[in-house]
Amino acid sequence: MARTREALLLLLDVSPSMHSVLPDVEKLCSRLIQKKLIYGKNHEVGVILFGTEETENELTKEVGGYEHVKVLQDIKVVDGHLVQSLKHLPQGTCAGDFLDAIVVGVDMLIKKYGETYKGKKHLCLITDALCPLKDPDVGTKEDQVSTIARQMVAFGLRMKNIVVRASLSGEPHMRVIIENDNLLNIFSKKSSAKTLFVDSTTSLRGARKTRDISPVTIFRGDLELSEKMKIKVWVYKKTGEEKFPTLKKYSDKAPSTDKFATHEVKVDYEYKSVEDPSKVVPPEQRIKGYRYGPQVVPISSAEWEAVKFKPEKSVKLLGFTDASNILRHYYMKDVNLFIAEPGNSRATVAVSALARAMKEMNKVAIVRCVWRQGQQSVVVGVLTPNVSEKINIPDSFYFNVLPFAEDVREFQFPSFSKFPVSWQPNEQQQEAADNLVKMLDLAPSGKGEILQPELTPNPALERFYHHLELKSEHQDAAPPPLDDSLKKITEPDPTLLAESQSAIDAFCGQFVIKENPKLKKSTRRFLREKPSGSDEPNGDGSVSDAQAVNSMESKPVVTVDKIGDLTPIQDFEAMMSRRDCPDWVDKAIEDMKNKIFGLLENSNEGINYPKAVELLVALRKGCILEQEPKQFNDVLEKVCKICRKRNFSTFFDFLMSKKLSLISKSEAVDSDITDDEAGSFIVKSQPKHED
Amino acid sequence: MELDPDDVFRDDDEESDNEFYQEHEATKEYVVYLVDASPKMFSTTCPAEDQTDETHFHIAVSCIAQSLKTQIINRLYDEVAICFFNTRKKKNLQDLNGVFVFNVAEREQLDRPTARFIKEFDHIEESFEKEIGSQYGIVSGSRENSLYNALWVAQGLLRKGSSKTADKRILLFTNEDDPFGSIKGAAKNDMTRTTMQRAKDAQDLGISIELLPLSPPDEEFKVSHFYADMIGLEGDDLALFMPSAGQKLEDMKDQLRKRMFSKRIVKRISFIIANGLSIELNTYALIRPTVPGAITWLDSVTNHPLKTERSFICADTGALMQEPAKRFQPYKGENIKFSVQELSEIKRVSTGHLRLHGFKPLSYLKDYHNLRPSTFVFPSDKEVVGSTCIFIALHRSMLRLNRFAVAFYGNPSNPRLVALVAQDEIVRAGGQVEPPGMHMIYLPYSDDIRPLHSDTDAVPRASDDEVKKAAALMKRIDLKDFSVCQFANPSLQRHYAVLQALALEEDDMPEIKDETVPDEEGMARPGVVKAVEEFKLSVYGDNYDEEGDVKVSEASRKRKAATENAAKECANYDWADLADKGKLKEMTVQELKLYLMAHNLSTTGRKETLISRILTHMGK
Repeated sequence: MARTREALLLLLDVSPSMHSVLPDVEKLCSRLIQKKLIYGKNHEVGVILFGTEETENELTKEVGGYEHVKVLQDIKVVDGHLVQSLKHLPQGTCAGDFLDAIVVGVDMLIKKYGETYKGKKHLCLITDALCPLKDPDVGTKEDQVSTIARQMVAFGLRMKNIVVRASLSGEPHMRVIIENDNLLNIFSKKSSAKTLFVDSTTSLRGARKTRDISPVTIFRGDLELSEKMKIKVWVYKKTGEEKFPTLKKYSDKAPSTDKFATHEVKVDYEYKSVEDPSKVVPPEQRIKGYRYGPQVVPISSAEWEAVKFKPEKSVKLLGFTDASNILRHYYMKDVNLFIAEPGNSRATVAVSALARAMKEMNKVAIVRCVWRQGQQSVVVGVLTPNVSEKINIPDSFYFNVLPFAEDVREFQFPSFSKFPVSWQPNEQQQEAADNLVKMLDLAPSGKGEILQPELTPNPALERFYHHLELKSEHQDAAPPPLDDSLKKITEPDPTLLAESQSAIDAFCGQFVIKENPKLKKSTRRFLREKPSGSDEPNGDGSVSDAQAVNSMESKPVVTVDKIGDLTPIQDFEAMMSRRDCPDWVDKAIEDMKNKIFGLLENSNEGINYPKAVELLVALRKGCILEQEPKQFNDVLEKVCKICRKRNFSTFFDFLMSKKLSLISKSEAVDSDITDDEAGSFIVKSQPKHED
Repeated sequence: MELDPDDVFRDDDEESDNEFYQEHEATKEYVVYLVDASPKMFSTTCPAEDQTDETHFHIAVSCIAQSLKTQIINRLYDEVAICFFNTRKKKNLQDLNGVFVFNVAEREQLDRPTARFIKEFDHIEESFEKEIGSQYGIVSGSRENSLYNALWVAQGLLRKGSSKTADKRILLFTNEDDPFGSIKGAAKNDMTRTTMQRAKDAQDLGISIELLPLSPPDEEFKVSHFYADMIGLEGDDLALFMPSAGQKLEDMKDQLRKRMFSKRIVKRISFIIANGLSIELNTYALIRPTVPGAITWLDSVTNHPLKTERSFICADTGALMQEPAKRFQPYKGENIKFSVQELSEIKRVSTGHLRLHGFKPLSYLKDYHNLRPSTFVFPSDKEVVGSTCIFIALHRSMLRLNRFAVAFYGNPSNPRLVALVAQDEIVRAGGQVEPPGMHMIYLPYSDDIRPLHSDTDAVPRASDDEVKKAAALMKRIDLKDFSVCQFANPSLQRHYAVLQALALEEDDMPEIKDETVPDEEGMARPGVVKAVEEFKLSVYGDNYDEEGDVKVSEASRKRKAATENAAKECANYDWADLADKGKLKEMTVQELKLYLMAHNLSTTGRKETLISRILTHMGK
């Protein structure tokens, strides 16, 4: 399909002033190509370098001039070699004339595609725009830029300019900079070019979206203010999380000699009756059951069809309200953008009027949306104004989904003022905090914003693609560490910290923290720092495990030497984990056995069954842990015998529901029970129901 | 288009990240609702919203009914029992006087709520006098102590399960602040002592007792008379416990509802500020989309549950295999393999903590910097003493300076930059509307933000006059007390209503009011209509034809032409005749499609599908 075709021409400045940022330029471009290799295999890419020692381009051959512009690669379908060649860009020795490079690039694109090509054509210029441009033969530079911009519009070329200015201060060529910036501005005005100034390598890495997703509307239709007044709008997604690529499961079954092996894995699903695992039910014979409390209510899709909630596709205004009524943290999901239908000037004016009035009066609109016909849910959300300052961008609204009553959990938290005085900061502490909040400023006036979301790449994804590339060279490559530019996302920037060192020191000096002395050693984990990227299993993922283990460890403080009535399971666990004498394990199992049999003997109308099963589960776990399968299997068999004798059939149901069975060989090596035997155990021992 | 009911509530492109949304609900809850049914509960009333009076008993019962309905949906495995005390009749295992355990058939006394349980409890008030009856259980001269009995019964009900795996609670509803007020002398002391001991015994077994006091508008429920000791209130807590007297009823109801939920901590994290200074925070999920519970596949013949078995088959050899430990990504003509460990290692770009970067003015947090529901963080001094103090200091500074903090949250499943926005406590009429703390808002990365394509031409803007008209309209359609969560999700409500009806085998489907539709009445008010008209006139002019102004796209024009053509061609056939003679099979797909297109039907599918669709349409 033509829509998926795309041509991209990279114009990279490699002149001496760019050398310090070249590693990041290389990474940004390789990432771009890598993603094309995965998501856009037939996209075409070319690379032009400028500021190089040598000159190599068609225009210089045809008409002369255009020195120090080198075509590194002609426009062609992306391949792995391109990633390689972008990894090590040659360092140029001459001043780079970005206008020359643009002309060469535009010429290449036009020659290659002409007007008939249906796909998108992009130019991406990365430069610091610090070198003076040559004067043209005729006319001014401004005229020249205008001419190129016209050409670009005529051939539908889009351009993105990324200007890297790590440190502007003390720059001797202020005049040059102003002139160059002015020229780039003309591009933005006269064509659909965008210019972006970035001031750190981190921002540079996020400056170009590494994957182009063509915008698709999720709704086209009326924004209904009332029955009588409607505005034609289009709704796009404004944010959407970029996920890791979905990796396929790998099968190593095919012989290594098989060159055509796909190594893919097919996942097959079979539906089996819970009661009778040998019975397979074909997919079309299934029916959906919905839980309502303990009941499962079967409802066929036809039934649902008849009764389900079927709202009409529409976007309706419910009203306006003060912006302060909608707190920021209520935004639920990714964000949409409402714009007036393109080309519909009156709708544009209507949206613009509403947006401006909303901004002026600090109001927001509450709307109810059903994006598609046939959708079975509605969303209620808030429209906030997005008033544009550029004349070629229309005013619009951002749309955020708000929660329903069911989605909000109203937990109560103590007021800060109700905390004891020792928890309240005193005046000096408060001042130190104020100072810290002021000094540790990520948006200092006069400088660019640090870690602006728009310019911050996803470090985990970056790492994945880096690793992917490394693995394509060496299958066993280890995950690479984050480079410095990415580290600035996951950790605070050392230079910024150094700048506000006094405020930080003052803050840290004002507050004292200490570990809670009442807690036992084993449960402490907070003050322990772990180095980033170490192989140590991460603390957070295993919090619950750690706690579970801790509770086991901390229990024997009061030594337990018999299983009581109140907390038999805990007592059992405590005894099993006593390490002072190996006999405890046997005693614990013995005690537990007696307890279980006692419960069954004295169980009137099955009142003790759940308890007995709980104990059995605990015993089973303990026996697997201690590798004593026989002990448990004997108990279970005996239990079943008793039950069969007395015809306690409900007890079997309990056993079934807990999936309790013999300990098999795969769980404990000493067991002589196979998996199959274990699986069919309950079924076999169950008394036959009299039908 | 065939819609899968599974997909109804799922988002278009959202594979919900289970790890993220999942709450750690390791424990379940066992709750006994202990409701005072003394005549005082029936005689004391409070003015309700609609000017009629409601009895305290009614308030208690409706609160419970409401919470049961939420519970059956949200917390499937929690178990409840409802127990009245000060009743005429008795029904309990211990056979104690004045205590009645409400239950329905096919259900244990402490069990998961069932549809029938909820339904019958909804009607409890109608049958209460007849079936259960109300009567003071503590009278002077008798040794009976219904409160003692009630606690005993409740404790008995909660005997099941270990307190390690379940959270056991007794929620006590009463409007009597001095249950032994009618007794004098030694008997009173004695009763107080034994009741306290009973409560303490229960608490020692890990059962928490919570009091939900009801008080008439002009009187205060004095916790200090008796209950303070029982539930262990002291000093400041005591003053805090009862919201000020004379408070409106609805707030109280609200409070009751809120207290019925117990808080669950999602995660404990440490917040690294600087220089190795780090504090302890707990995170809570205050806002998460509620979805209908998971479905269970059943065999449509027997209605017995099915289990799904997954098997992995090697596509090359057809061999059955274990779940593969490796994943691969085709890249540069090769299959690049990753082990699961490697993938999680890649995502671990930071320790699992929250690391402070710095602060920015609130205006830098744009409306589109959002991806998923926020997470609430609140300090804790449990492990690191001093955390709360530091947190409060930062919280105040951020509020005062209008700044938010930017931090990196190294959550191992999805590491992200987050904004921490300080939220001051908001208290309205004695109830907490917004808790104090910080909300963690997940920020998008550059690749998560979609670019906006701009035109080169200038676009029209609204004039001042048009903006003024819009402002006038806004003043008219103003939702004054809009609260974010005032709407129930109509689709979810419908889902549950249908389920409940089917579960109880009711014949007619209940109608659910969709609260989210615009207020038609309000919109029809002359002032509003006029404001809308004026705004419309100012931006659209006199003769705006909504359809006419639109450029019809190429594709839709083609489609329209094709339909018209089909309608013409279609008339050349005698469809009814062809169908009767069974000759549709002999026609070409193209011909069949003419009929479908002319009648606005779908033209997808195989030939047989098309024919059956035509026949259905003709009613044959």
